[in-house]
Amino acid sequence: MYRSHVLVCGGTGCTSSGSAHIVEALETEIKKAGLENEVKVIKTGCFGLCALGPIMIIYPEGAFYSRVTPEDIPEVVAEHLVKGRIVTRLLYDETVHKDEILSLGETQFYKKQHRVALKNCGVIDPENINEYIAYDGYQALGKVLTEMTPADVIQLVKDSGLRGRGGAGFPTGLKWSFAAASENDQKYVCCNADEGDPGAFMDRSVLEGDPHVVIEAMAIAGYAIGANQGYIYVRAEYPIAVKRLQIAIGQAREAGLLGENILGTGFNFNLDLRLGAGAFVCGEETALMTSIEGHRGEPRPRPPFPAVKGLFGKPSVLNNVETYANIPQIILKGADWFRSMGTEKSPGTKVFALGGKIHNTGLVEVPMGTTLREIIEEIGGGIPNGKKFKAAQTGGPSGGCIPASHMDIKIDYDNLLEIGSMMGSGGMIVMDEDTCMVDIAKFFLEFTVDESCGKCVPCRIGTKRLYEILDRITKGKGEMEDIQRLKDLSKFIKENSLCGLGQTAPNPVLSTLHFFEDEYIAHIKDKTCPAGVCKDLLHYSIIAEKCKGCTLCARACPAGAISGELKNPHKIDPHKCVKCGACMEKCRFGAIVKK
Amino acid sequence: MDMVNIKINGMPLSVPKGSTVLEAARLAGIKIPTLCYLKEINEIGACRICMVEVKGARSLVTACVYPVNEGMEVFTNTPKVLEARRINLELVLSTHRKDCLSCVRSGNCELLQLCREYGVEDLHRFDGEMNEYELDTSAAHMVRDNSKCILCRRCAAVCAKNQGVGVIGPNERGFKTEIGCAFEEDLGKTTCVACGQCITVCPTGALYEKDATDKVRAAIADPEKVVLVQTAPSVRATLGECFGLPIGTDVEGKMVAALRRLGFDKVFDTDLAADFTIVEEANELVERVQNGGVLPMITSCSPGWVKYCEHYFPEMLPHLSSCKSPQQMFGALAKTWYAEKNGIDPKKIVSVSVMPCTAKKFELARNDQKAAGVPDVDISLTTRELARMIQRAGLDFVNLPDEDFDDPMGESTGAAVIFGATGGVMEAALRTAVETITGEELKTVEFTEVRGTEGIKEATYNVGGLEVNVAVASGTANAKKVLEMVKSGEKNYTFIEVMCCPGGCVNGGGQPQQPASVRNFVDLKALRAKALYDNDANKPVRKSHENPSLKKIYEEYFDGKPGSHKAHEVLHTTYVARNRF
Repeated sequence: MYRSHVLVCGGTGCTSSGSAHIVEALETEIKKAGLENEVKVIKTGCFGLCALGPIMIIYPEGAFYSRVTPEDIPEVVAEHLVKGRIVTRLLYDETVHKDEILSLGETQFYKKQHRVALKNCGVIDPENINEYIAYDGYQALGKVLTEMTPADVIQLVKDSGLRGRGGAGFPTGLKWSFAAASENDQKYVCCNADEGDPGAFMDRSVLEGDPHVVIEAMAIAGYAIGANQGYIYVRAEYPIAVKRLQIAIGQAREAGLLGENILGTGFNFNLDLRLGAGAFVCGEETALMTSIEGHRGEPRPRPPFPAVKGLFGKPSVLNNVETYANIPQIILKGADWFRSMGTEKSPGTKVFALGGKIHNTGLVEVPMGTTLREIIEEIGGGIPNGKKFKAAQTGGPSGGCIPASHMDIKIDYDNLLEIGSMMGSGGMIVMDEDTCMVDIAKFFLEFTVDESCGKCVPCRIGTKRLYEILDRITKGKGEMEDIQRLKDLSKFIKENSLCGLGQTAPNPVLSTLHFFEDEYIAHIKDKTCPAGVCKDLLHYSIIAEKCKGCTLCARACPAGAISGELKNPHKIDPHKCVKCGACMEKCRFGAIVKK
Repeated sequence: MDMVNIKINGMPLSVPKGSTVLEAARLAGIKIPTLCYLKEINEIGACRICMVEVKGARSLVTACVYPVNEGMEVFTNTPKVLEARRINLELVLSTHRKDCLSCVRSGNCELLQLCREYGVEDLHRFDGEMNEYELDTSAAHMVRDNSKCILCRRCAAVCAKNQGVGVIGPNERGFKTEIGCAFEEDLGKTTCVACGQCITVCPTGALYEKDATDKVRAAIADPEKVVLVQTAPSVRATLGECFGLPIGTDVEGKMVAALRRLGFDKVFDTDLAADFTIVEEANELVERVQNGGVLPMITSCSPGWVKYCEHYFPEMLPHLSSCKSPQQMFGALAKTWYAEKNGIDPKKIVSVSVMPCTAKKFELARNDQKAAGVPDVDISLTTRELARMIQRAGLDFVNLPDEDFDDPMGESTGAAVIFGATGGVMEAALRTAVETITGEELKTVEFTEVRGTEGIKEATYNVGGLEVNVAVASGTANAKKVLEMVKSGEKNYTFIEVMCCPGGCVNGGGQPQQPASVRNFVDLKALRAKALYDNDANKPVRKSHENPSLKKIYEEYFDGKPGSHKAHEVLHTTYVARNRF
């Protein structure tokens, strides 16, 4: 028995901000203080509030320390662990209210969250199967194998209304039922852990913080459809996730929870990892399977659907990490429990990766139907620097933007689709008034152009041409016909592409055109970028009346574009100006403007 | 057969269950365009030109791979479909080097044909960045010009699936995708077997043989040179396609007339050398059987197959017959026996062949192919190149008279002419071998068990009390299967015929290009082979060993019998193990 537990986040976010050094320092200091038999240090998965990393929680007090450095550790050990005095200066400021210290659940960031998929993340030691088991782990598998028929399992998943968390939101139970109905001597269960949306990292978080939940759910899926082999396709860029999965699979095998005759029920299920090289398209189910087979990761035409002819030509089921993370709890708590969260057509919760121009960047899990406003203003803490919210991009490069006028939209699969965006895997990038929407569309198109596999014409050439049109608009070389060209080409690409990547690639263009066409027109007709982003359309100038002739700007200019005599108004030579903005930053009198 | 009821453009139709929309539409007399689709080997749905509307479907669907189902309503001709196809073509054109006027495929380019059909008016609507490519001229037989490649991957499919070679495929990705060899290696440095199957399925001018027609014209124009031409058996069965004649038209007489009018000094027939091949090979087989030589013996007349064996099965090289291929035997005879007999310096002879094959361009430069100290064959043309020469010379091919080959090297048998179809060499060899061993005349010369276009055929014959197991494979992927069965001991053959190209030379890499719209619905191999079998049936002499010219040459030059020391010097060759990587 330990009197204190120190949980240090070992997710990728906190690891990159140095949590490994925190653990080292803790171990040294605890040893020095002779507390090694009283205090236990545990490296957990992600807590979600990545912006404040490295994060550390000390129980039983539940003190939530943020932005901890190794230099802070001697004080934490001496004060908190030895003397029992919480180090207030290191606490997450939202947990400090007047003289009171609040629990995490009472903070803005966590108050509206409801953690189902992330239930164990940041709570358990992901490298220890016993901790998972202590939190009801593998109970669902046991229940399924001893009390339920495969058909019961599928019915329960169907009843829960769980929809795929990886993109299109296909009903999971239905998918399983198709694969179950396909007769074959060999079937496969696959897990898509090839999280590729820029900025999305909820799957990584689950894999790093709770790897056994995926293993358990895949075994359940295997039982339900009649498969004895599973593959987790995980990006090689997720080294921590890969390592923890390997440990978890090893432990599960050793415990008899994977392999032959699981729990003595006669059910066999083996699981292997396949590492992806980081191609976005390998998140598409048929491309993922092609890649597992050892071929170039490219999608295949459907039909035949994977449930009939998938991996190695055999009936297969593929779900993503977050989808699987819901399964054991659905089995244990029932369909009604799951349906008690979220909306009618999109039950349950969804994890979002909040990023961009927002205070609290990180992972948040909320019930479906939570409004965009709640997520951004309450959980996310709003937009920094007093700027105005302009739009949020959901669904990554396949999604669209949601403008301020739609901030009260209840987020679920269908509502997002209706306004031209999509859930995708749950990336949510917040944009403020300084964001140019043409530039944003161009950014996402650049991504899809780069990630297109090159197999089909619409995606290979079409997205490239879309990008080129956007590029010339942002350079002031667009023409009004380009708007129609964008619309025609987008429609063609959506309707004619081979896979989801191409079919959704034009969404950022169409949705920015829909909500912000005036910005496009400003770029084309007036040759200006209203948000002041597109360099080629920007002109820096000095307001003579405000200029004091201090020469700071001239000295800051790397291109020698500013001239003028001391104490006399200066001038910018537009031919020499490289539009870097250095002058504007230096000017103390607000005399430099960009238009 | 289970049928399903569907409607295409409102027209009710009952079609076999499991048909694709493309096949169903064909039954209704509606042609849906395709580019990437090759039945069974390239069903990848990549080009998106075959898109059609299906009632209730979320977006357009690919007719080439989409199966029909009961009650389905398909629309192939709506404005939406036509516009999609047009935009698709315009996008492809935006990355395609549009040198149509000077392109080798001008006139039979599938892309150009579709642009015409779908009313592409603005070639530059989607102009933008284009990729820069260098020509790959590293291989002996062909050129890859990726600036004309539309990435349909038909070439990669035939290479991998039919030939089991797979040295080409997509490199890079997205807009930068290009077809090439692994690690961007030059084709000439790979295990490419030079079969040219990729060229025959290419819809555009991205792949073409190295054209040697200028060299031929220059030789003909040189008064110092004696220019002899030989034509392979299968060329007569396909050349007519280049002039609008139906597939399977035998144009032997017109071909001879055209060659004569092109100015060749003598127009000879490779078939004579094919007869020599049979006689030498049959002799070699009998020797191997009687003297405990390496068996099964495998034919060596297909240079693509020989190269394949050298790369992939070097341990099996002792199984290959040491006979040169008919092309090389012919060249060797021309520069030795013919030159001596007519008092011509072999150095002055330009030995030209017209072949269904691109590997022949590689073969003529192999080692141990210089019976007279100079190359047996100097220039090898494909059927396509000959067609181009005829067109450039302004010959009205279809209306040329039928003429006969020149003597004495134009005399041949029915056994030789069927060399051009898979199983033909086997049948020709059996005609000779059976009579040699039994000493009795065959009642019927047809060995139908080894005919037909299947990739692997087997038969067992009782020859004078000896049980002979034979196998015939075409397409090196099939050859691989047969060889592996031999290696594992699963099969015990005496004699195996292998042709590099599926269906044999009639479907060789140098043959006329038929568009996928024909290839996918017509058995080219069978139609072309029929012309050869008909030719055989009408020949007065149908057994190689009975060829009068052949007998005369053996008497005059080869001590009157096959397998003599002299015959080995002139008509046989050696092989080398080649690297796999």
